Amino acid sequence: MAAAEKDDLSNIFAALADPTRRDIVMRLCDRDATVTELAEPYDVSVQAISKHLKVLENAGIVTRGKEAQTRPVHLDTKVFDMMTLWIERYRRAAEARFQRLDALLAQMDDHVSPMPPPKLVRTNPNPDEDHNE
Amino acid sequence: MSSRETKIEVDDKLPAVRMIREFDAPPSKVFRAYTDPELFAQWVGPHYLTTRIDIWDCRTGGEYRYVSSHADEEYGFRGTFHEVRPAELIVQTFSFEGYPDGVTLERMVLEELPGGRTRLTGTALCDSFESRDGLVQSGMEVGVNEGYEKLDTLLGTLP
Repeated sequence: MAAAEKDDLSNIFAALADPTRRDIVMRLCDRDATVTELAEPYDVSVQAISKHLKVLENAGIVTRGKEAQTRPVHLDTKVFDMMTLWIERYRRAAEARFQRLDALLAQMDDHVSPMPPPKLVRTNPNPDEDHNE
Repeated sequence: MSSRETKIEVDDKLPAVRMIREFDAPPSKVFRAYTDPELFAQWVGPHYLTTRIDIWDCRTGGEYRYVSSHADEEYGFRGTFHEVRPAELIVQTFSFEGYPDGVTLERMVLEELPGGRTRLTGTALCDSFESRDGLVQSGMEVGVNEGYEKLDTLLGTLP
């Protein structure tokens, strides 16, 4: 059974929450790039892009090459296990749903019966007759 | 991760997804929130979807249908309650009307825990690994998953 590594994935989601960082990641899908190349299309300083790259690096999404002058930025697709991300997103949706249930449970009477009173709900028994001409 | 947060297990031998979650409420209360259509509609969907119960006969052999809607879009879900055992177990089929050939077998088990608490174990057995993976990838909510819409777009383009 697979389980999600919560802290790592939180970092990845946080890293990808920023639109500039998402755009940088998309561009790195095609090929590696230097900081200067990455900074070029954006309306912010190279320093600002460096900060974004640091966030991506900390999340393990990118790695930096060793060439002293250029230190090319590389997308680390091993870390980006797609299924793990889907599972974590699914887990978060389930947790959000259960938190809604928590809130409802807190409002309910403690001694309710597990079954509601018998009442057959059947709206629109014949949808075709719903709109009479 | 605290024991109350949802745990997800993706089975590697069966096309199943399991979720485990504890509640600070006794089993009868949790069960009621699943079986009572007026309560169920309040929590099953996110705030941006309105849930309307169309058919609801929650007992062994009964059927259900509900519709979740957002703006002009409607998503219908239906199935049968194969087995309903008060405060213990619900086994039901589940199908999304947008894909009527597919059906999932869902089993929800409640265990009483000390201190008036409950552990819920929900297992969804899909009809193929492909549909199971599709279910997990859908993020559970049909349509826009708020906050993750842009993440979807990004992930869809990654190698």
